[in-house]
Amino acid sequence: MDKRKELIRLRNVAKFYEMGDSVVKALNGVNLKVFEGEFIAIMGPSGSGKSTAMNLVGSLDVPTKGTIYLDGEDISTLEESDLAQIRGKKIGFIFQSFNLIANLTVKENVMLPMTFQGMDIEERADKAEELLKLVDLGERMDHYPGEISGGQMQRVAIARSLANDPEVILADEPTGNLDTKTGTIVMEFLERMNKEGKTIIVVTHDADLARKYADVVYWLLDGELDRVTGKGGKSLFKNGKKKRKGK
Amino acid sequence: MKDYFNLALNNLRHRGIRSWLTLLGIFIGVMAVVSLISLGTGLKMAVGAQFGISSTEVITVQAGGISAAGPPGTGVTNKLTRDDAEAIEKISSVDVAIPRMMPTGKMEFNDVVGFGMAMSVPDGEERKVVYEMVDVEAIAGRMLKDGDTNKVVLGWNFYNSDDAFGEKIVPGKTVLIQDERFTVAGILKKKGSFLFDNMVLMNEDVLADLFDYEEDVDLIAVKVKNKDLMERAKEDIEKLMRQRRDVDIGKEDFSVSTPDAMLDTVNSVLGGVQAFIVIIASISILVGAVGIVNTMTTSVLERRKEIGIMKAIGARNSQIFMQFLIESGLLGLVGGLVGVVFGVLVGVLGVLAINSWIGGEVAPSIDFVLVGGALVGSFLIGAIAGIVPALNAAKENPVEALRG
Repeated sequence: MDKRKELIRLRNVAKFYEMGDSVVKALNGVNLKVFEGEFIAIMGPSGSGKSTAMNLVGSLDVPTKGTIYLDGEDISTLEESDLAQIRGKKIGFIFQSFNLIANLTVKENVMLPMTFQGMDIEERADKAEELLKLVDLGERMDHYPGEISGGQMQRVAIARSLANDPEVILADEPTGNLDTKTGTIVMEFLERMNKEGKTIIVVTHDADLARKYADVVYWLLDGELDRVTGKGGKSLFKNGKKKRKGK
Repeated sequence: MKDYFNLALNNLRHRGIRSWLTLLGIFIGVMAVVSLISLGTGLKMAVGAQFGISSTEVITVQAGGISAAGPPGTGVTNKLTRDDAEAIEKISSVDVAIPRMMPTGKMEFNDVVGFGMAMSVPDGEERKVVYEMVDVEAIAGRMLKDGDTNKVVLGWNFYNSDDAFGEKIVPGKTVLIQDERFTVAGILKKKGSFLFDNMVLMNEDVLADLFDYEEDVDLIAVKVKNKDLMERAKEDIEKLMRQRRDVDIGKEDFSVSTPDAMLDTVNSVLGGVQAFIVIIASISILVGAVGIVNTMTTSVLERRKEIGIMKAIGARNSQIFMQFLIESGLLGLVGGLVGVVFGVLVGVLGVLAINSWIGGEVAPSIDFVLVGGALVGSFLIGAIAGIVPALNAAKENPVEALRG
């Protein structure tokens, strides 16, 4: 019996989309567990269902079938507003295309998640400054996203993801739009966060990156879980034969 | 709430000219309403002043059923008489009834001939009553007194400007009226009324001789014993005059008007004009509101990704709704603000223009209730126009919205 705290659990989760007369099975019967403090990668080629998995894990969407538990709570049937509340408090997002709001300064972007949680403006400003210093952007707080580089934008996104002190950081292809060197810097930031206790889930198609940083890699193929590997590529699960017992 | 305003203001700052152009409707509508209401109030006061309408307890009786706005007594066949005035004075609610003559005539000065209106001033106690009734006093020289056979008092314009006769007329000068010589005894203080500022006052006997008046008079000014009796006195006078002139109800060939009634006439005409323009302004505001609906709908479509991001980082539907609603309201408010500024400007300049055109002295005023109402109204119109687009924004699916 694993004694670590189970943060996220997907049980037989499926997501189907109706496209005219046909049904696309983006995700079909996936089981997944994330423990507190783990660095997880969800791997797979294009169309494997990893983005759908990220949306479901990140409570951006609800499954067609199956159950998703976040911190012990079933979130599969919640309304959008309740999901938003959970996202705001428990999950920090990092996107491939940074997804910063162009009209807001770097600092205002980092303050935004705290605004939606009703945090006091001074507290927000202090926290944003602290987080931006953490990602080495203390000098760029009043710049607009259009005035900084891609790597810096992704660091702003990291700072924003940490704003409400979430339990999980969910990064969707965080290095996808960056050169190797900048990508490495971003991944090292995530690794640092993980070492400081954050649970990190990275969705990527970059196998090397997944192997290098993740404790556990979930490999998706055609909407189904193909295998699970641990550090160094050690197989924990394959073709329905469960091997994984935890970290 | 303050955060939503800040976010909305931030978004407004980054809006393109297209968004601002859609506010033209609100701007024009609010400007029209504010300027016309300001202008209309000024116009009513100016027109009221022109007619010499005051709040004294005076009832004016005229023959011909025409309103007091026209030259009294002109073109009337069945004129009022001194006997009519005497009969009216016997009515219990009436204090005094003074027959008045207001002929138009010729005046010559500095070899220039002009035409204008003269007004009779009775002798004795009634002189004082007339001066009170029409609220006149001398600013230079003196007013007429009993026995002034060859003296006149002139209105402010003769003294103030040399436009009419090429030279300003001051007390002591001699003028020819109907080819008779008169000395100017005094000048009336400026009234802001075209009628009074161009008037020639003469003693009644002198005027009657000069203009061949016998028993007939142009109007009868009736002073009522007290203000509460105005309506009763008016009815009594009408009844009496119907009997004396042998006419049925509804077929009167005379008019009995109170200052309130005259003001009502002015107000109803100007009110009609204002109502028409308010309708036009309302249509303009409606067009503006539709413009805001359009702008906000486009904005929601253009900012789908931003909505998705906000939802991903924890914005609830209600928070997205509020942000777009406030942004829409602020859009309306900006249109209203510009409209109010221009409206007040047009109103003030308009009142000044009316003053200089008709020689009035109406002070331009800013109605802060109107301004406040216009601003609140603009915000509400904007917010109402933004309800549907804001609902659409709030209902966006975060996954789809994030795709942009």
